[in-house]
Amino acid sequence: MQLHSGENRPSEEGQHLSQIETFYDVMRRQGITRRSFMKYCSLTAAALGLSPSFVPKIAHAMETKPRTPVIWVHGLECTCCSESFIRSAHPLAKDVVLSMISLDYDDTLMAAAGHQAEAALQDTIEKYKGNYILAVEGNPPLNEDGMYCIVGGKPFVDQLKHAAEHAKAVISWGACASYGCVQAAKPNPTRATPVHKVITDKPIIKVPGCPPIAEVMTGVITYMLTFDRLPELDRQGRPAMFYSQRIHDKCYRRPHFDAGQFVETWDDENARKGYCLYKMGCKGPTTYNACSTVRWNEGVSFPIQSGHGCIGCSEDGFWDQGSFYDRVTDLTQFGVEANADKVGMAAAGVVGAGVAAHAAISALKAAQRKTQSDKEEA
Amino acid sequence: MNTTPNGFDLDNSGRRIVVDPVTRIEGHMRCEVNVDDDGIIRNAVSTGTMWRGLEVILKGRDPRDAWAFTERICGVCTGTHALTSVRAVEDALGITIPDNANSIRNMMQLNLQIHDHIVHFYHLHALDWVNPVNALKADPKATSELQQAVSPSHPMSSPGYFRDVQNRLKKFVESGQLGLFKNGYWDNPAYLLPPEADLMATTHYLEALDLQKEIVKVHTIFGGKNPHPNWLVGGVPCPINVDGVGSVGAINMERLNMVSSIIDKCIEFNKNVYLPDVKAIGGFYKNWLYGGGLSSQACLAYGDIPEHPNDFSAEQLHLPRGAIINGDLSQVHDVDPRDPEQVQEYVDHSWYTYGKPGQGLHPWDGVTEPKYELGPNTKGTKTDIKELDEAAKYSWIKAPRWKGHAMEVGPLARYVVGYAKGHEDIKDQVDGLLRDMNLPLEAVFSTLGRTAARALESEYCGRLQKHFFDKLVQNIKNGDSSTANVEKWDPSTWPKEAKGVGMTEAPRGALGHWIKIKDGRIENYQCVVPTTWNGSPRDTAGNIGAFEASLMNTKMERPDEPVEILRTLHSFDPCLACSTHVMSPDGDELTTVKVR
Repeated sequence: MQLHSGENRPSEEGQHLSQIETFYDVMRRQGITRRSFMKYCSLTAAALGLSPSFVPKIAHAMETKPRTPVIWVHGLECTCCSESFIRSAHPLAKDVVLSMISLDYDDTLMAAAGHQAEAALQDTIEKYKGNYILAVEGNPPLNEDGMYCIVGGKPFVDQLKHAAEHAKAVISWGACASYGCVQAAKPNPTRATPVHKVITDKPIIKVPGCPPIAEVMTGVITYMLTFDRLPELDRQGRPAMFYSQRIHDKCYRRPHFDAGQFVETWDDENARKGYCLYKMGCKGPTTYNACSTVRWNEGVSFPIQSGHGCIGCSEDGFWDQGSFYDRVTDLTQFGVEANADKVGMAAAGVVGAGVAAHAAISALKAAQRKTQSDKEEA
Repeated sequence: MNTTPNGFDLDNSGRRIVVDPVTRIEGHMRCEVNVDDDGIIRNAVSTGTMWRGLEVILKGRDPRDAWAFTERICGVCTGTHALTSVRAVEDALGITIPDNANSIRNMMQLNLQIHDHIVHFYHLHALDWVNPVNALKADPKATSELQQAVSPSHPMSSPGYFRDVQNRLKKFVESGQLGLFKNGYWDNPAYLLPPEADLMATTHYLEALDLQKEIVKVHTIFGGKNPHPNWLVGGVPCPINVDGVGSVGAINMERLNMVSSIIDKCIEFNKNVYLPDVKAIGGFYKNWLYGGGLSSQACLAYGDIPEHPNDFSAEQLHLPRGAIINGDLSQVHDVDPRDPEQVQEYVDHSWYTYGKPGQGLHPWDGVTEPKYELGPNTKGTKTDIKELDEAAKYSWIKAPRWKGHAMEVGPLARYVVGYAKGHEDIKDQVDGLLRDMNLPLEAVFSTLGRTAARALESEYCGRLQKHFFDKLVQNIKNGDSSTANVEKWDPSTWPKEAKGVGMTEAPRGALGHWIKIKDGRIENYQCVVPTTWNGSPRDTAGNIGAFEASLMNTKMERPDEPVEILRTLHSFDPCLACSTHVMSPDGDELTTVKVR
């Protein structure tokens, strides 16, 4: 068998995704039992906040869908998104890369380098035109003709545009790709620019956070593979299923906020009792993310549970909102039913348009509650 | 041909080989070498190909926030910049931390070392030695026997287990969608393992991928998440409450038990998998002793893991501090990060300018003005570089030097310094490994020595992590639950001006942050980072850096396939986002960052 330098072509020229073997075929051929497969589908449903009635649908989709090629490029970033991705517990990172997707280019993990790496990229773009997902970690700097980030001797922004041209969809991983993150904080010396300001003709899914939660990352990919569509996005382009509610709305310390019980200084008696961190600068009231529900690293904890306020890392421009220890002063008392769109629209004075979205969110939340209670019973 | 002051003969007359991107690293890097007619590397040029400007961004911010900014320098060695930052701020403001905070910080830092070393070895480095495609030819029964021979205590060693993994791998390869293995160098004669060792190591690639997500839960418990856990100037943010009202939301018995069980898992994996693998794989590459570079002549370590809070004296650190120069292991020099004559950065071959050439600046006086320009012998254009001109500026990495010497930092440097100082644990480990592998001491000065030092260090850090867990529990038992000192939390308690240094040993080596505070705000912030040392370009005097030195005189089996280059570069675990965030303004007119 000759496997070197792309001489062993993955498929015939011009072959379509539908002719590639299905996700389920691959899992079975790799020795995964039907039982494990069904368990995986259940976990997927749970991760997506769907009720158990969705499990057969997911299984069916998995049985009929091909492995989708993914190109994962890196701009100015710190690689925390990749690190988070490999922390995923359901599905496991190894199952994602061996059985769910075909990660054909990812300079952080791929075996090949230099010319052979560039050939792998080009090969994937040509073979799967219009059918691959482009995942972007980090962002392109535009100052100095883009040469603050160089790949293959050329500006990263060139590689990004080239890879985006024939992508089916683009995923903007993390705060860097979604909003700019730390290198775009004032004065943004390199003019680090979020992906959607450079790629304007493709569907872009923003998955913000520094980094995003592992299971949110694999959940977004799994959703796309399973249902063969983009997740429902809010006005900022984030998947509504994970980013429609504030940390504060689902925080287990919320009752202390409502009761006026606050941590006054670090490690005081109230801190030890787990009171609300609002006075210590917690940005939970203004941050939309799934930390207080999905939590981190297989549900072990999340920032507030471990005693530090939320720093708001999934919000646009969170580096430039004053100190992380400044108290949120523009807190308006929205009910728990408020979602990102509704709050935004209320601020813009366009109340009413969010009704459909609101209904969908409420339904989703019902599903989430159901899933949660299922989990608790299990 | 010319000879560098640090003793390397450079000859750029042979064929030029370019590797860009260098993959399986953090960040963006390029490497160019010249090979002679025999395929031997006679000139090496290492280039950092990204710049983010974080220290520019830090200016004027609240020093208590700096840990969060600098933590985002790197998500792979996540937390180590944050720890360095809170130490720098505490040093500047004279803030002491409680004993429990020291134990928890040490556990988090040690946990990172272990996580980082394991992920590096299996997921970033292993494919330089291990051929997963060759694993398809292995006999699962023979693999099982090999596993039981090299590690009798590892429970996952049955023939059926290896057969299952092999089947999965086989189906993966036969699908034709090779994913991450695509275009690898699988028929290159540089790969020397028998199929059974390849199968064993590939299996552990997958085991380690499962394990690493467990290891980091120590960060999640104490810092709320990983990557990028939360830190606090003055201590740690997680309160301890083992038996009172509200203990469910604090560090309690359940949390401590989880930490303890993870610590045990780390120790087991190091003992049963990581170290045996390094020995087994290393045994097949015993004659591949390239890559020593600067390790036998110039090593630097700041030291880390203080036994007692607020005491950074060298004798109180579990990871050693010291500098070795001119290859003289009989003398370990003291390192003082405050001394303006010791650590200095040069930019003559970096894409920055100090206004006039030939200067070295101490970090407290550091200046950064980016200046991207290519030398006259560059091939290509400004935005399409074919070959760089290393006689001019050629990297986004500065060139830090210790008393003028280019230094290697990292696990091997720490172990060389520790060995030279007679550090008992380190000496026992190194002597034991050399004895087991029947190798002389000189063998440690190599690519494999670097890889082995990392594994030994992971094992040592596992033991230390347990030590600090026990210490934390004992202290709580003695009635001390304190985790933060808030006396100087309020900026109104700070002096008008202050400056400080924070030092750690990041997984990749010596890391320092230098801060100046004025009127409650950051006036200047400068980081000198491990990969800045290792990946540095030439300095004014022409000394080459550790990456470049380590590539010299290596034979490439096939110059078009950079297996050997990757092997040696990866042995440093390069982190380019760290090394090239650089710089910082000091308030004078040179410091303006050009924004076009």
